[in-house]
Amino acid sequence: MNRITELFQRKPHEILNIYFTAGYPRRDDTAPIVQALERAGADLVEVGMPYSDPLADGPTIQASGTRALANGMSLPLLFEQLADLRPRTRLPIVLMGYLNPIMQYGDEAFFRRCAELGVDGLIIPDLPMPEYEAHYRDLVRDLDLGFSFLITPQTSAERIRRVDELSRGFIYMVSNASITGAKNAISGKQIEYFRRIQAMELDTPRLIGFGISNRETFTTACEFAQGAIIGSAFIRALGDAGGPLEPAITRFVHAIRGIQVPIH
Amino acid sequence: MIAIDERGYYGEFGGAYIPEMLHANIEELRRQYVDIWEDDAFQRDFRRLLRDYVGRPTPLYLAERLSAHYGATIYLKREDLCHTGAHKVNNTIGQILLAQRLGKKRIIAETGAGQHGVATATVCALAGLQCIVYMGAVDIRRQAPNVSRMKMLGAEVRPATSGSQTLKDATNEAIRDWINHPEDTHYIIGSAVGPHPYPDMLARLQSVISEEMMQQLAEQTGRDAPDAILACVGGGSNAAGAYYHYLNRPEVRLIAVEAAGKGVHSGESAATSVLGTQGIIHGSRTLLMQTNDGQIVEPYSLSAGLDYPGIGPMHAHLIASGRAEAIAIPDGEAVRAAFFLARKEGIIPALETAHAFAALDHLAYSADDVLVVNLSGRGDKDLATFIPFLDENR
Ligand SMILES: Cc1ncc(COP(=O)(O)O)c(C=O)c1O
Repeated sequence: MNRITELFQRKPHEILNIYFTAGYPRRDDTAPIVQALERAGADLVEVGMPYSDPLADGPTIQASGTRALANGMSLPLLFEQLADLRPRTRLPIVLMGYLNPIMQYGDEAFFRRCAELGVDGLIIPDLPMPEYEAHYRDLVRDLDLGFSFLITPQTSAERIRRVDELSRGFIYMVSNASITGAKNAISGKQIEYFRRIQAMELDTPRLIGFGISNRETFTTACEFAQGAIIGSAFIRALGDAGGPLEPAITRFVHAIRGIQVPIH
Repeated sequence: MIAIDERGYYGEFGGAYIPEMLHANIEELRRQYVDIWEDDAFQRDFRRLLRDYVGRPTPLYLAERLSAHYGATIYLKREDLCHTGAHKVNNTIGQILLAQRLGKKRIIAETGAGQHGVATATVCALAGLQCIVYMGAVDIRRQAPNVSRMKMLGAEVRPATSGSQTLKDATNEAIRDWINHPEDTHYIIGSAVGPHPYPDMLARLQSVISEEMMQQLAEQTGRDAPDAILACVGGGSNAAGAYYHYLNRPEVRLIAVEAAGKGVHSGESAATSVLGTQGIIHGSRTLLMQTNDGQIVEPYSLSAGLDYPGIGPMHAHLIASGRAEAIAIPDGEAVRAAFFLARKEGIIPALETAHAFAALDHLAYSADDVLVVNLSGRGDKDLATFIPFLDENR
């Protein structure tokens, strides 16, 4: 069974999905970060494929991508890192990235390679649903890959039903009308939106992302969905780590989970 | 037949590759733009403003000294005489009327040379709407007069500091702003780029150029079509407007002039049709300059308005299908052509436009050829760039 499907069956609440950009802060940090996240208690990782022009991303993720590209990160290299990593972690791995680098790699080859390497799901925010249906839907199903479409507060009910039908694994619920990296508390208006979606009783589980940055916003999001996705806040923690990454990663995940860390 | 299909494709180019956060706004536009465009009241307002405010029709001027030099009949379509100094205002007049009909209160735009920013700031003043213009930090420096004009018109100019800090990056920032303001904001794109329906909308709004050209040519020459039309191509809006009514008249050569920067293969160029391959930029499947890994390459041109790593999907299709020919002009030739036009005809063209004039040196002529160069804008904004070349162009 696909690891994402298995995860949501086993644990349908408080799922913590952590996003980071492959090749940041250093080129070869990808695998160690995933392993540290697994040890610290994350449920799912979303590995960003860096892109020169990430339209939906705020300054933090943009800067991490720029740095990763300068470090020499690329899709072929990421696949090498994942081939190495897959036998050493049981975490479901989702790749997130923009369509253009995937097109240049060769779209079908990309999907096949992902399946071969044990990637569990994909998020390609600028791939429109009609294109997906026409060209990729059957392939993704045959390869048993997950595929998450996004919904936002502006997405119509009719369209949300279509997202529910097309998404495999989980739906990416964008918490607010914004690019990534917002740091505000969750507003009443957002809660209304969360409730509205919850009341639709969709078949596919939902993870709430964008602007989830700390224990408070994570816990709130978890009241209305199966879990949440944290990206920019985690990347900031990596950037601030200074020395070795693992202690910073453990501290970060424990803080989100509300685990008291003993002071030695 | 050159036409856009229902899904927004010209051949294999176009479409709307946008994240969900933009879907509601793009879908609203897609559903409404044709109806609004075809609405009598819209056409009445649009035509009235083009006439009384922009100063249309712009003249079709027979450039006699230029014609004598090249041994052909050369007409200039004088978009430089539009209010604000370039063709860009044809589009912004149309889009501000559209934004009002959609009930939008806040206008955003990107700009390269600043001409589109000025044209947007102008129509926002006219309509009493808030205006925010994103402009690459590099372009803010090289097009200073236009920055001041925007500010005088009441617009806020926000620098884009990512990437090469030019037009591509300003466009990224404008798109991010739109994601952050999904309800009250309309994005006035300045060229025939972006997700469907923008390229088609821009082409329609600029099509007044070829509409007038047809009538003026008929009056002046007895034929409604020239043998060739030359236009510079950044994203492709002035070219789309100059070609529009001739797209399906194969006897009219369409010549698209791109910026070769320091040379097509110098690594510092914006000659997209030569260096570009198919991919996605700013929501459109088109030709763009990119690495083998699909990272977008930073372009270069001395002219801010042509310093863009893609071209609009209509032009990608025209060039890929052989309907249009592309010529790439390096910085130096463009600057020389600007001086040449100034001395021959008393017209200082925009640096972007000067590329189209430089292309005249790359064509062969017979005596009865009739050409139109689309004089997309005037060069006041580029004086600081031209001044260092005064000595060598005495
Ligand atoms: C005078 C002038 N011509 C041409 C262009 C290039 O744009 P487009 O290809 O959309 O006409 C610009 C852009 O700023 C411009 O200012």
